[in-house]
Amino acid sequence: MSRTTLDLWVGLFVLIGAAALLFLSLRVGNLSSANFAETYPIRVQFDNIGGLKVRAPVKSAGVVVGRVSDIRLDIESYRAQVIMDLDKRFEFPRDTVASILTSGLLGEQYIGLDAGADDEMLKGGDGLPIGQSAVVLEKLIGQFMFNKAAE
Amino acid sequence: MMGRSVSFVRRLGASVVDGIWRLGFATRFMVLLLVYSGQSFRRLHLTIREIYFSGVLSLLIIIVSGLFVGMVLGLQGYETLQRFGSGDALGVLVALSLTRELGPVVAGLLFASRAGSAVTAEIGLMKTTEQLKAMDMMAVSPIARVVAPRFWGGVISMPFLAAIFSTMGVVGGWLIGVVFIGVDAGAFWSQMQAAVDFRYDVLNGVIKSVVFGVAVSLIAVFEGYDCTPTAEGVSRAITRTVVSSALAILALDFVLTSFMFRG
Amino acid sequence: MSFDPTHDEPLVCLKDVHFAYGERSILKGIDLSVRRGQVVAIMGGSGSGKTTLLRLIGGQLRASQGEVRVAGSDLSRLGRNDLYALRRRMGMLFQFGALFTDMTVYDNVAFPLREHTDLPPEVVRDLVLMKLDAVGLRGAGALMPAELSGGMARRVALARAVALDPMLIMYDEPFAGLDPISLGVVGQLIRRLNDALGASSILVTHDVHESLEIVDYVYFVSDGRIVAAGSPDEIRASTDPFVHQFVHAEIDGPVPFHYPAEPIAQALLGGRG
Ligand SMILES: Nc1ncnc2c1ncn2[C@@H]1O[C@H](COP(=O)(O)OP(=O)(O)O)[C@@H](O)[C@H]1O
Ligand SMILES: [Mg+2]
Repeated sequence: MSRTTLDLWVGLFVLIGAAALLFLSLRVGNLSSANFAETYPIRVQFDNIGGLKVRAPVKSAGVVVGRVSDIRLDIESYRAQVIMDLDKRFEFPRDTVASILTSGLLGEQYIGLDAGADDEMLKGGDGLPIGQSAVVLEKLIGQFMFNKAAE
Repeated sequence: MMGRSVSFVRRLGASVVDGIWRLGFATRFMVLLLVYSGQSFRRLHLTIREIYFSGVLSLLIIIVSGLFVGMVLGLQGYETLQRFGSGDALGVLVALSLTRELGPVVAGLLFASRAGSAVTAEIGLMKTTEQLKAMDMMAVSPIARVVAPRFWGGVISMPFLAAIFSTMGVVGGWLIGVVFIGVDAGAFWSQMQAAVDFRYDVLNGVIKSVVFGVAVSLIAVFEGYDCTPTAEGVSRAITRTVVSSALAILALDFVLTSFMFRG
Repeated sequence: MSFDPTHDEPLVCLKDVHFAYGERSILKGIDLSVRRGQVVAIMGGSGSGKTTLLRLIGGQLRASQGEVRVAGSDLSRLGRNDLYALRRRMGMLFQFGALFTDMTVYDNVAFPLREHTDLPPEVVRDLVLMKLDAVGLRGAGALMPAELSGGMARRVALARAVALDPMLIMYDEPFAGLDPISLGVVGQLIRRLNDALGASSILVTHDVHESLEIVDYVYFVSDGRIVAAGSPDEIRASTDPFVHQFVHAEIDGPVPFHYPAEPIAQALLGGRG
């Protein structure tokens, strides 16, 4: 039982394993870039969220600034109530408008934020005005056919 | 006819009682294992030795299999994705399948058949040749000296093996996707990074691999310790280790997935 | 070596010990004692419960009835820690040696020392070499158990059993499967080690002639009971039919050749009733 070579191998093994974990976290995962250490929640309602999912990205000018943390139906207005967790580093004016967008024709859906011009900034727990709903493909096609028929 | 069904019921009853008996023994065994773990941690070189046997010696099969699984994912994934014009998302597909599922599960299955069966065989043979009894007669607890280090060696090795498997898989997917097929390298990595969340995907995968490591190691040491001390008993115990480990991994994977990745 | 019955309390003392594996009763009231300094042989046919007896004395099995006392303590009253403390002062040679196959000869003998003492490696080394020298295998330290012959393996196991200078050494069939020369060597070693360590030894065997040379007292076990006992001279002179059968290796006698069963005629005809 030569303990020194054995220890060396085990050390090497642990090192390779740790490197693999690091690779998965930093290169494969988003620990390096989009690590929202501290976030603040913002509410927004939509008439229709289409296929938006919890954990979908929230982007502003194409940059990821947060994630959707919760989606539920507001029983009083029958609108979708969406909670987004935004990165503390990014502050938005109170009159920011949220809309549900799709990356590509069939890609995933995300929330886009268009910053307004208000001097006051949003605070954790604030709500945004009713957002612009998702484009529902069926409705779009239906409208298109209807318009065509009307012509 | 009547007699046969009575004897069937009797046999069924006997095997149920036997199963409960084993379950009780397994529980007592587990408690003892935990109680004696402190003692075996004080002599770390025993555990390090077992990390060598279950971890280092499994490295080659894990690396090679990971690479191949990643390459297959690359080929199949690209084939499907490009039909929808989203070949760029190949990195996402490869990385998510590996970190969430294939890494922990396939590495766990390989670990069970490579290291788990070896542990069962070793403990079973020590039992068959009365080495465990001899140790006990020398006032050295076989659970502290033989079982606990093998258990912890497996538990520690498993997450590393799963991470190495996933990493090699991503490399394999990259090799096929980027190097051979020509998917844009920038899109491959950046889409992957945007879609794979550290806590949600990577960390949950690691948690899965730890759970699988505990399950497989526990099954392996228990089957060895509990085996009938004959050549046939050991060989049956090895088979049981591999089969029960595979079932345990797949069942636990389902349970964990349904907790971790909802919504 | 004299042993007068009025000497102080015996090291090992069994009183009316019963034991059964499940339903199957193996020992049915054993009385037996081993005095300090003695080498005692327990003889009996295969399956008569000799190994079981040793495991009762080692505390690996518990008597279902009766009392097993070793060094003054009743084993059934000992907790795990006390039992382990007692076992550190016992050495046991298993029937097939039970050497640790993943360690060298040296590490096997060093095992009890490393587990139970904090001796520095140099001291361990000296002790191991002394024990190996005592069994004549000082040069074999680097070999693996698989590379040893049966006799050598038995001697290594012996060195390991006495590594901690025990007060009681138990041997389970130390002569089985040995050639006549190794057999004599091992026999002499058992006596020498016992006297050198001032220990007591229990020798389970069915090799009558070799053991009569080296032991102080003999017990014969049959069907779970002690059927005869005495000093070697008494045994040689005995007219007891059981002892006679054993000493002269007769095939049939009080020790039956057959495992208990219904008569064969009945078994063969039974199916056609
Ligand atoms: N673990 C066990 N379970 C059930 N029966 C056993 C067990 N060990 C031994 N026996 C039975 O007990 C009897 C005595 O065994 P043992 O003490 O090993 O005999 P010996 O050493 O004298 O040859 C044998 O008939 C054997 O079949
Ligand atoms: Mg025996």
